[in-house]
Amino acid sequence: MNVPTMADLMAQGKQPEVLFWVGAAGSYDDRAKKISRAFVKILHQANVNFAVLGTEESSTGDAAKRAGNEFLFQMQAMMNIEVLNGYEVKTIVTCDPHSFNTLKNEYPGLGGVYKVYHHTQFIQKLIADGRLNIDATTLKGKKVTFHDPCYLGRANEVYESPRDLIRRLGVSLTEMKRSKSSALCCGAGGAQMFKDAEKGDKEINVLRTEDALATKPNIIATGCPYCNTMMTDGIKFKEKEKEVIVKDIAELIAEANNL
Amino acid sequence: MQHYIPNILFAIALILGIGFFVINIRKLFRNIKLGKDVNRTDNKKERLKNMMMIAFGQSKMVKRPLSGFLHIIVYAGFLIINIEVLEIIIDGLFGTHRIFKGIINENVYGFLIGTFEVLALLVFVAITIFWLRRNISNIKRFLSKEMKGWPKSDGNNILYFELILMTLFLVMNATDVSFQQAGIGNPISQFLAPFFNDYSPEALHTIERTAWWLHILGILVFLNYLYYSKHLHILLAFPNTYFANLNPKGQFTNLDSVTKEVKLMMDPDADPYAMPEEGAEEAVPEKFGASDVADLNWVQLLNAYTCTECGRCTSSCPANLTGKELSPRKIMMDTRDRLEEVGRNMDANKGIFVDDGKQLLNDYIKPEELWACTSCNACVEECPVNIDPLSIITDMRRYLVMEESAAPQELNMMMTNVENNGAPWQYNQQDRLNWANEE
Repeated sequence: MNVPTMADLMAQGKQPEVLFWVGAAGSYDDRAKKISRAFVKILHQANVNFAVLGTEESSTGDAAKRAGNEFLFQMQAMMNIEVLNGYEVKTIVTCDPHSFNTLKNEYPGLGGVYKVYHHTQFIQKLIADGRLNIDATTLKGKKVTFHDPCYLGRANEVYESPRDLIRRLGVSLTEMKRSKSSALCCGAGGAQMFKDAEKGDKEINVLRTEDALATKPNIIATGCPYCNTMMTDGIKFKEKEKEVIVKDIAELIAEANNL
Repeated sequence: MQHYIPNILFAIALILGIGFFVINIRKLFRNIKLGKDVNRTDNKKERLKNMMMIAFGQSKMVKRPLSGFLHIIVYAGFLIINIEVLEIIIDGLFGTHRIFKGIINENVYGFLIGTFEVLALLVFVAITIFWLRRNISNIKRFLSKEMKGWPKSDGNNILYFELILMTLFLVMNATDVSFQQAGIGNPISQFLAPFFNDYSPEALHTIERTAWWLHILGILVFLNYLYYSKHLHILLAFPNTYFANLNPKGQFTNLDSVTKEVKLMMDPDADPYAMPEEGAEEAVPEKFGASDVADLNWVQLLNAYTCTECGRCTSSCPANLTGKELSPRKIMMDTRDRLEEVGRNMDANKGIFVDDGKQLLNDYIKPEELWACTSCNACVEECPVNIDPLSIITDMRRYLVMEESAAPQELNMMMTNVENNGAPWQYNQQDRLNWANEE
C-alpha cells in the first residue's frame, strides 16, 4: 500500500496537502491498523496528496496528560511540534479523536498551530468538494447505531460529521438512548485503556454495549480506535459476535465503495 | 414612643439579618480567594451570554424536562414573589400597610399580588413534588452515599422553608380583612379566607400580623441559612456561569510551570551546572497539581460553593454508573467541606491558616476515586450551572503523578513506554509504519 512519508516527499521537494496523523493505536494495534488502511484507501480514491510521519511520529502525549503526567505530555508535544513545524505542516487529519483533541486544542499553546480534522470531518469535506462519493447501495438495509467518542463529541462538539457519513451509506441509523452530548463513555478515556478498571460492579464497555444492543443493530459504528476495542470486547462479552460487528466509519465507507 | 416599637424591632431584625449575611459572604469571598489566580476576564460578551442563557434562562435545567420544569416554577416564583419583600420592608420600617396599593393603581397592585398568589400556589405544588421525589420516589441520585446525613436534611430543610414561607404569604393575605373585602388580587387567598370566618376581627388582625412577621423573619433566616447550605446556588449560579471555562471541554490546561522546565530540559544551550540567578534560590519551586484546596484555582473553589448537589453529574458518570467509588458530586462536596474547614481554621487563628495535618487528597478524596475517571466530560456537560469536576480530578492526578509518583502500576508502564518508544505500548518506533504493508 502506497503510504508516502513526509521525509520521502521532502526529498522530492514536495509538500502534501494534508498530514495523516496515524497515532499509536492506528500504527500498532492490529484492529486499529485496519482502520488506518481503510482510511488510506479512501484518501487514494479521492486522489488526496497526503503523507505520514512514519517512524518520525511519536505519541501525542494525550494518555500521559490525562493520567496526570504533564511533564511527559509536554516533552512529547514539543518533540512532535519540532518535527511538524520542521516539515511546515499546516493541515492534519487523524482517525483518533484523542490525537485530534490534543493536536487541535493543546498543541497551539506550545507552538504547534495546525488546522486539524477528524477523519469523518475530512471525508465530509472531500464529499463536499466533489472529490469522493459514497456508494449508497452496498450496505443498504443494514441497521447501524453510532457510538459517540467522548473526545470527538462532548470534548469538541463534533456530532454531525460521523452521522452525515453514516446516512450517506444508505443504512438506517438508530440512535442509542444515550447519544450525542449525553452519550455514555466506552470506558477507555482518561488513560483507562492502559490500566485495569477500579473496583466496581460492572465494566463500562459492557454497559455501553448494552446501550448499543438495545437498538438491535447489525453494525455498531465508531470513530475512535479505542472505542472500537472497547465495543468489540463488549460484543464478545455479550456473545453477540455472530450478529453484530463493530466498524469504524472509514471501514464502512471503504467497504461500501469496494476499496 | 411605644407606637414605634414594631418599627424599631423591624429595623433591628433587618440590620441583624442582613449584617450577619454580609459577614458570612465576606468569609465566602475570602475562602474563594484562597484559590490560585486564573484569568477569566476575556470574552465578556460570551460570558454574559452564558450567564443569561444558563443561569438566568435555565437553559441546561430543562434537559431533564420534569425536574427542569418544576425548578423553573420555583425559580420564577422566587424572583417574582420577592418583589413583595420590597413592600414588606417599607411597611415594616415606616409602619405603613400595603404602601404600594396607595402609590400605584389599585388594579395594577391587585394584578401583581394576584400573580404572586398564583405563583405561591404553584411553588407550593412544585416543592411538594420535589419533596416526594427526594424522600419517596426511588431516584438513585438522591440516595447516593454522599447524600446521607446533613446533605439529605439540608435538601429537605430548604423545601420546608419554602413551603412555610409560601403558606405564610397566603395566610397573611387571607387574614387581611380589608384586602379580602377589596377583592382584588386574592385569586388564591380568597379560598383560604373562609377557614378564618369564625375569628373575631382582633384575632384575625393578630393572625395577619403574626403571619406577616413570621414571613419576613423567615426570609431573613433563610437568607442566612444559604451560607451554610447547598442553596447558595441561587446567588452563585450567576458568577459561576459567567466565569466558567469557555474552551472546548477536551482542552486541558498546559501547566506553565512545566513548560518552563521542559523548555530548559530540551534546550541544547542550557547549562546544567549554571548557578541559579540571584534571588532565585529563595523562590519555593511551584507545586505541580493539587493536593489541597489552596492548590486549586478560585473558579474551582467557586464551583464548590455553587454546587447544589443535584447529582446530575453523578447520574451520568460512567464510573459511578458501574459501581466505582468516583462521584463527581462528591468531588465538589469534598472540596467545599475542606475549604470551609480551612476557613474555620483561619477564623480560629486570627486569619492565618495553621497546618492541621489534613488535606483534600486522602482525607477527603481518595486516589481510587480519581483513578476511576475516564475524563469523558459527561459531568461537565450535565451540570446545569457549568461546574467542572473534571478539572479538579485532573489537577489531583497531576499531584499524584508528578509530586508523589503514585500512579497505578499499569499507568507507570504506559508512561515508561511513551517515554522510551513513543507509544503507550512496548513496540519499536522503527516499526511504526509497518501497518501500511501488512495486507
